[in-house]
Amino acid sequence: MNNDKQMRPFEQEFYAPKPTPFSLHMRVNPIWQLVRFLVLNIKMLIMVRKH
Amino acid sequence: MAKLLILGSGVAGQTAALHAKRKLGSKHDIIVVSPNSMYNWIPSNIWVGIGAMKKEQVIFPLAPVYKKQNIEFHQAKALSIFPEGDTSSSKPFVEIEYTDPSKLGQRIKIHYDYLINATGPKLNFPATKGLGPDGGFSYSVCTANHAEHANHGFQELIQQMKKGDKKKILVGTGHGTATCQGAAFEYIMNLEFMLRRHRVRDKAEITWLSNEFEVGDLGMGSMHIKKGGYITNTKTFTESIFTERNINWITRSHVTEVEKGKVHYENLNGEFKEIDFDFSMLLPPFAGAGMKAYDKNNADITSELFAPSGFMKVDADYTPKKYEDWKASDWPKYYNNPKYPNIFAAGIAFAPPHAISKPQFSPNGTPIFPAPPRTGMPSGTMARIIVYNIVDMIKGLEDRPVRGASMAKMGAACLASVGKSVLDGSAASMTVFPIVPDWERFPETGRDLNFTTGEVGLAGHWIKYLLHFGFMYKAKANPFWFIIPE
Ligand SMILES: Cc1cc2nc3c(=O)[nH]c(=O)nc-3n(C[C@H](O)[C@H](O)[C@H](O)COP(=O)(O)OP(=O)(O)OC[C@H]3O[C@@H](n4cnc5c(N)ncnc54)[C@H](O)[C@@H]3O)c2cc1C
Repeated sequence: MNNDKQMRPFEQEFYAPKPTPFSLHMRVNPIWQLVRFLVLNIKMLIMVRKH
Repeated sequence: MAKLLILGSGVAGQTAALHAKRKLGSKHDIIVVSPNSMYNWIPSNIWVGIGAMKKEQVIFPLAPVYKKQNIEFHQAKALSIFPEGDTSSSKPFVEIEYTDPSKLGQRIKIHYDYLINATGPKLNFPATKGLGPDGGFSYSVCTANHAEHANHGFQELIQQMKKGDKKKILVGTGHGTATCQGAAFEYIMNLEFMLRRHRVRDKAEITWLSNEFEVGDLGMGSMHIKKGGYITNTKTFTESIFTERNINWITRSHVTEVEKGKVHYENLNGEFKEIDFDFSMLLPPFAGAGMKAYDKNNADITSELFAPSGFMKVDADYTPKKYEDWKASDWPKYYNNPKYPNIFAAGIAFAPPHAISKPQFSPNGTPIFPAPPRTGMPSGTMARIIVYNIVDMIKGLEDRPVRGASMAKMGAACLASVGKSVLDGSAASMTVFPIVPDWERFPETGRDLNFTTGEVGLAGHWIKYLLHFGFMYKAKANPFWFIIPE
């Protein structure tokens, strides 16, 4: 990850939101991701059911 | 006994063939014509292209599946459609030419009562000089062979980086009107992930080059999602992912030529620029399969069945309109041809009424905006709905299609892999409803914000990985395949 990389002011990346270490952790935290796994599957099923 | 002829055995064709067989049983004939002996689950080509999967894992032979299902299969390509028959018979037919090595080049006629054109895209590499792996200078992941070839190049690159060489990598679209930005996005993210795995990320300068007005457009005019107390756009979402992974981006660009190690492009300001690369994967624009059509007197009626792009004309509103006048109702519902209503087109093969992204032209008049994507979920869904309508007509329950499958009323789920690993991989999981924005129903953003969502995380990767097996299982028509949704 380049989260700690020094930002170059006024370059492209200067204006983009960057995930905090907490967000990065939650993206791979197995317990939270299991919850998201269930939620995402439900969301996708709703999408499928809409047709 | 009715004859249903299906051209193509990709996502749409295979879905149509299996559902038709399930619904019609052996009382009616289902015939599939497709030039390739293998099925390819195209989304997983991304993983073949970075060496995370073998080509053999994303393909399987079609003939045994059709044999098991009692579906007639011709390994051949459709050349021309005769919707009124010819001088000898008024029964409509398609002329096909075998690609099956045992009958190579032989031509026959196949009659039909209903026809589904699911021939997908022709990869139009010649639209850009020097584009593509066959005689050009860039790689592609559009077919399993292309992806395997791209991986060879990628592995060589990694070896050179391990020796300390610095490399420039370019990924995106190879033409101003290309589509499938989502696939290129997955490739750049997976490639970046692999470079980190090989501990050579610091040796690579990675750049995204695309025809999108802004990153995150994805040919869908971008999407709005609720995030962190804001209604934000996929531009922000994508810029964030690129920044996090230290990927630069160049948008609003039409690649004019690819040379060895150099891409020439024109941007929306009308400037002509160039960028060097050591490795590039650029997607081609798509065209229709290039079939012809003739009436009963053998007069060419190709323009009645097909748009100039080669995609099939269906029940869409093709009246040229300004972007401001585009409506959700322009999009087709039943996917049959107005003049020959027993001919349907599913998946990429149908001609969209217009783009979804706003048309943009450079001062030199060059169109630089994505064509509309038709991804796996809508391709499969429309194929299934087309089949249900045909089945109802064959059974005499209806005399015309009644179930609609408009992309302006349909949602889609899209899982864009951004790193393949069960423990620290990730995917951008997006749902969008509807696919084509409906500004009358949803004046704020064109879409339903309750069902248009996006997030990044490991769970998305798990689902994407499971879907690979699920969709391969389904395409093989293994027991209870029909439980797996499109
Ligand atoms: C690299 C890549 C990654 C992708 N990833 C995703 C993803 O993650 N999720 C997603 O939803 N979508 C993804 N897509 C898009 C998805 O692959 C397409 O939406 C889908 O394949 C379209 O299905 P189709 O049946 O219309 O076309 P195809 O799947 O391309 O099938 C076309 C079929 O027609 C056959 N054919 C061609 N010419 C003829 C002819 N003359 N006569 C008879 N048959 C013919 C072909 O051999 C093929 O069998 C990706 C696309 C690419 C290129």
